[in-house]
Amino acid sequence: MTHVNANRSKIKKYRACAVQKTAQALQESFPEDRMGESLFLKDPHRLLEDWLSAGWRVIAPLLRDGALVPDILHDPEELPRGVTDRQSPGSYRLEPGASTRWFEAVVGPQGWKRWLHPPERKLWSARRDAAGFEVTPEAEEWPATIFFAVRPCDLAAIARQQEVFRRAGDPAYAARRAATRIVAVNCGRSAETCFCASMQTGPRAQAGYDLALTEIADGLLLEIGSEDGTALLDARALPAATDAQVREAARLIEAAAASQTRAMPPDIAERLTEVADSPRWEQVASRCLHCTNCTAVCPTCFCTDVTDRTSLDGAMAERWQRWDSCFSPDFSYLHGGPLRRRAAARYRQWMTHKLSNWHTQFGSSGCTGCGRCITWCPVGIDLVAEARALAKGE
Amino acid sequence: MIEPIRIPSALLPRRFRVVVNCPELSDVSTLSILPLDGTQTSGKPGQFNMLYAFGVGEIAISISGNPADTDTLLHTIRNVGAVSGALCGLREGAMLGLRGPFGTPWPVEAQAGRDLVIIAGGLGLAPLRPAILQALSMRSALRSLSLVVGARSPSQILYPAQLADWAGSGALRISLTVDRATPGWTGMVGVVTTRLERALEGCDPANVSAFVCGPEVMMRHSCQALEDLGVPAACQWISMERNMKCAVGSCGHCQFGPDFVCRDGPVFRWDRIGARLRIREI
Amino acid sequence: MKTQSIAEILSEHSILGRFDADSIELLAGCARNLHFGAGEMIQREGDPAALVHVLRTGDVAIEISAAHIAPTVVETVHGGDILGWGWLIPPYRTMFDARAMTEVSCVALDAACLRGKCDEDPQLGYQLFKYWLPHLAARFRAQRLQVADLYGRDDD
Repeated sequence: MTHVNANRSKIKKYRACAVQKTAQALQESFPEDRMGESLFLKDPHRLLEDWLSAGWRVIAPLLRDGALVPDILHDPEELPRGVTDRQSPGSYRLEPGASTRWFEAVVGPQGWKRWLHPPERKLWSARRDAAGFEVTPEAEEWPATIFFAVRPCDLAAIARQQEVFRRAGDPAYAARRAATRIVAVNCGRSAETCFCASMQTGPRAQAGYDLALTEIADGLLLEIGSEDGTALLDARALPAATDAQVREAARLIEAAAASQTRAMPPDIAERLTEVADSPRWEQVASRCLHCTNCTAVCPTCFCTDVTDRTSLDGAMAERWQRWDSCFSPDFSYLHGGPLRRRAAARYRQWMTHKLSNWHTQFGSSGCTGCGRCITWCPVGIDLVAEARALAKGE
Repeated sequence: MIEPIRIPSALLPRRFRVVVNCPELSDVSTLSILPLDGTQTSGKPGQFNMLYAFGVGEIAISISGNPADTDTLLHTIRNVGAVSGALCGLREGAMLGLRGPFGTPWPVEAQAGRDLVIIAGGLGLAPLRPAILQALSMRSALRSLSLVVGARSPSQILYPAQLADWAGSGALRISLTVDRATPGWTGMVGVVTTRLERALEGCDPANVSAFVCGPEVMMRHSCQALEDLGVPAACQWISMERNMKCAVGSCGHCQFGPDFVCRDGPVFRWDRIGARLRIREI
Repeated sequence: MKTQSIAEILSEHSILGRFDADSIELLAGCARNLHFGAGEMIQREGDPAALVHVLRTGDVAIEISAAHIAPTVVETVHGGDILGWGWLIPPYRTMFDARAMTEVSCVALDAACLRGKCDEDPQLGYQLFKYWLPHLAARFRAQRLQVADLYGRDDD
């Protein structure tokens, strides 16, 4: 379905510049021979080498301060191997895993948000002049980029953030995204905090990837998700995966889904509209430290603040956009003080926005089930457990 | 390398110049401003702009002038903080930045044939003034037009000269009331809700539409009182105030339940948000 | 212009008009028309609350004054309202000053007569509470909002 849609939009674009081409010719100019087909790849090094030497900026989860963090890869050797993670409420540890495996550890603290929706962004600068001041908008360079090893939950998060900025009329996110190819990795293992299956975002990547990998016993299964994906490799040089390999990959993904112990109540969006006055909010707020970790690690949280900076002599001013968090009291500041004074109100804002109001605003849930807010909460507040308690009217 | 990514124009201040800074109340000024690029100004009644004081910051201010005037823009600003203070202090000729207009307007034109009641509390008269002016420009299309203005005290009544002009014109009924009388005040004393029954005199409540703007509690009680008098909830609009930063629905600060006040508001139909206004700290 | 009977006047009043016709006749028996010129005192704090002023037209200021403060208007009431409540609550004393701001026409009910009739006729007493209490509640609601000082600025 996705492939078809991706093609349709391609075709549409093509028509605009080459109207004289017949439909037949169009069809031929987009070879679909290997689209949707499963190919086999021994290891990812060769691909990464090709992309790096072709000038792509490759961003992949790399070892940074004891965690996997998407960062710029300069050498395929940097890609960690034989690493797994142990995640639970309030805890994240990288540990040695099966030595041959590339993708055993799942999501780390940072999603791809810090690249597509950077923590800090200069919007413009202004200089005082005789007439008053002059404003110069900032222009940002974004090199052709490959996101390598994007998990399905994060792939969904990218689409959801893109929708936020599309509706806001800010084209920057879409521009960065359009110049980025995505190599997804289907999950053959879930962390304890994962609940993507109940959010219908994983553990198999569904849409929006150019290439998708699934790690099996003796290598990687590779699927092409788009024309851009086709262009990223010489598909003809890759052997087709065997039926047994395809079945093995499917089995691993199913097992990863089945191993998830957390599940979001399916009716949570509606339930949360009925519990604004629940005592549970005070209860969870009494544990919450308002540290804003959950909003920082959440791959969909998009809120920002702006800061106006001025040079000491007052001649220059800059406006910066920065990530902000609805957990900070000043977030809701209106002359006189914050509207959400109680931590309970702020927690309620976060959860109802994420799980309920997002549907009204953007047509989907704001949660993709990555489990980061659970892992990275210093006191181990479990979003799913809270949601279940609220849904049951506790 | 792809094309450089540019900031959307909605996030970029345009330069305006102060034509007049007119003091209204002890801490309230109206800036009359003109775009430097010579373009016509725009903005429907109820919409707001983000005004920028160089090096200080930016705040959301409702448009408070005549929508028919496309040369200058009026903004009435209360000095309550660093940015509003800087804006109130701008002298004639000074430059400021402006992004906008943003948000939903008062549905003035849609009230043809109806009895329009406009209820303003305190500075809430500022965002309503463009609606009143537009209503006056189509006065013959309205069955009736009345304005209820409430203020804390006589000295806090906004636009007193204009109110007197309007009262003298006979084009609309005006009822003025203060919460706290001071010596010499010979008018009404009481909150705006006490004036609503009279404001509706001679109207079929089902044919009444109301625009309400003021402090949240005042709007809530006014709309409830109007409902009690038979004015349908779907025929009442209020203007909400929240912390607006980006004005385009991406910074998240002004969220009010599922709505972004900057984009889905500030003008909301009462039946859509009335229940939500009763939830504390939403 | 046809002269209206007091019962007719009462039956047109926004509050008393809700009473049934028999009760209005009973009320009319305690009533007379009163007029006040602008500036005239209608009642003074501490005086016996001998009359119930059922306002027909005009505006009335409820005032508080003392030696060291100028008379301060705390509320205004208007045609359609009923002035005060001291007439129903022992010891039947007027609680605030009331001054006509404009020409005021009202029907004044003799408070003792009204109370006596209500005691004799619980049906009448019940109607009095049923229709007058909401008016009182509305005024209380308004006063609470007034106390809340919604506009929140203190620079007078």
